[in-house]
Amino acid sequence: MPIHEKSLIRPENLVTHEHLEIDGVDVSGHWSTFITSRAITDYNEQMQEEIAALPGGEFIHRCWQCGSCTNACTINAVNPDFNPRYWIYLIRMGFESELLRDKDIIWQCVSCNKCTYACPRDVSPEGVMKATAHWLELKGYTEKKPSTAFDEVFSEQVFATGKIEEGRVLRQFFARTGQSLSQGWLVELIRSLASRLPVGLLVKLGLASVIRPRTRGWRGASLAIDEYVRECEAAARKALRLDVQGAE
Amino acid sequence: MSDKHKQVAYYPGCALEGTGHAYNRSTKEVGKALGLDLVELKNWNCCGAMEVKNIDPKLQTYLSARNLSIADAMGFDTVMAPCNGCYHNLKKAEYDLAKDPPSREVTDRLSRKAGHATYEAGKVTTIHALDWIKESVGEQGLKARVKNSLKGLKVANYYGCMYTRPRHIFPEKDKGPGSESTSKPHFMDDLLAAAGAENVEYPLKTACCGGAHTLSDSDTSTKLVLNLLTTAEACGADVIATECPTCHTGLEMHQVRAEKVFGRKTSVKILYFTQLLGMALGLSARRVGVQENFSDSTGLLRARGLG
Ligand code: SF4
Ligand code: SF4
Repeated sequence: MPIHEKSLIRPENLVTHEHLEIDGVDVSGHWSTFITSRAITDYNEQMQEEIAALPGGEFIHRCWQCGSCTNACTINAVNPDFNPRYWIYLIRMGFESELLRDKDIIWQCVSCNKCTYACPRDVSPEGVMKATAHWLELKGYTEKKPSTAFDEVFSEQVFATGKIEEGRVLRQFFARTGQSLSQGWLVELIRSLASRLPVGLLVKLGLASVIRPRTRGWRGASLAIDEYVRECEAAARKALRLDVQGAE
Repeated sequence: MSDKHKQVAYYPGCALEGTGHAYNRSTKEVGKALGLDLVELKNWNCCGAMEVKNIDPKLQTYLSARNLSIADAMGFDTVMAPCNGCYHNLKKAEYDLAKDPPSREVTDRLSRKAGHATYEAGKVTTIHALDWIKESVGEQGLKARVKNSLKGLKVANYYGCMYTRPRHIFPEKDKGPGSESTSKPHFMDDLLAAAGAENVEYPLKTACCGGAHTLSDSDTSTKLVLNLLTTAEACGADVIATECPTCHTGLEMHQVRAEKVFGRKTSVKILYFTQLLGMALGLSARRVGVQENFSDSTGLLRARGLG
């Protein structure tokens, strides 16, 4: 049975005896703490395959657990529970219940690609983090995270017009995630800028947020992209056997 | 100094038409002052920034391929992109189209359906605004044109993530002396030093500003930015020089947010490297769009005899 590192030494898996004698020798104190023995039976054997089927997850099988990704990771430095190497390990083992304990932080990868730079095996851990975050959402283990909402708002605009307008992205993102636009720091920021910007530029930016900037002749691209996106979604659902479950 | 990049196709990208407007303005002004010619790509589209790849990476390749094919049709073999995100995506597309047949297939198919020419790998090379100036004017050429030296200005050069990572999409980097380095980039340091600035030893040159989650995970982004700001101050910098609209806006936004939400005030100023170069070339602060920055650096610039 493989050793599941962190999970073995969690407080709930440790037993400490007040007094303990083994073969007539008193081993109380440090020597009286033990890891409970257990058998793991809930492996999800499909997990690696499913995550590998999502964009970014393709190369997860190459990982040899050197830990360079976690060592380099930006988010690990501010939150030690954010651990790409460990999650890749759990996924490859199929240890789903352990992975689900961290389901609400995996999406926080900032795509800085320090892991990808450091990885000696071209796993693209950044891609695996994105694929895993999507897998969690698609499987219904987590609600749609704000970063996914942002990706969608942004991409929908690109697909529709070929360009984005940042003010519109901001407004739609706040609306979709149910946040107020009048957050103190944002108001302060806009007020301080508006007081210094030349009027001409203010008008230009204002107009861009009303009249959507667009790429001329984009309609053909827009249709082609929409069709492709639908195909990708269907392929992901199929790889995760979601339609089968839905039909049951 | 060479004529190689004297005239290039210019891909500003969406951010330079919005929050990164000062970068757009200062890049064009610096080009003019240096006698370089920028021809904007006709009818370009968004490169997908950091978001479209999360819907599907091959779609991002297609978006960039469309832009590369426009450059090709306009008769250019070089595209200059000042935004790190655009630069990264165009480089990534160059790489994928040459090395990854499935990406190639999707791009060809989408181009056909969309009704425009597909892009043939290898015909166009993308360069960053830093390569553009470094390779066409060089440090000596720049030095000769400096009218208002940045002398006395202490600068932390901040390159961000996408300019150097992942390294395999930048075949021209890490080639030894003279080339750019992905582990310790120096092109911005070189140019600003030639303009007279005093570059501080800044260990976070390629650290992440959390730009991907500026709005979706603001607390994390603020923490990362605060680290960049306080470290720059600890290194003695007056200014952080940036080369990316996402980094630049992130630093400015989260500087305000760190003060409002976490009560941590920092006073280091944030300017695009092109704004600094422009002022060194004798352009006014207004010409290079200093008033368009959130971070108000007029006091500092005046004190240093700039702007
Ligand atoms: S891309 Fe994500 S996983 Fe990789 S180092 Fe950056 S934050 Fe960590
Ligand atoms: S750096 Fe690469 S090989 Fe090493 S643990 Fe991370 S993903 Fe695996």
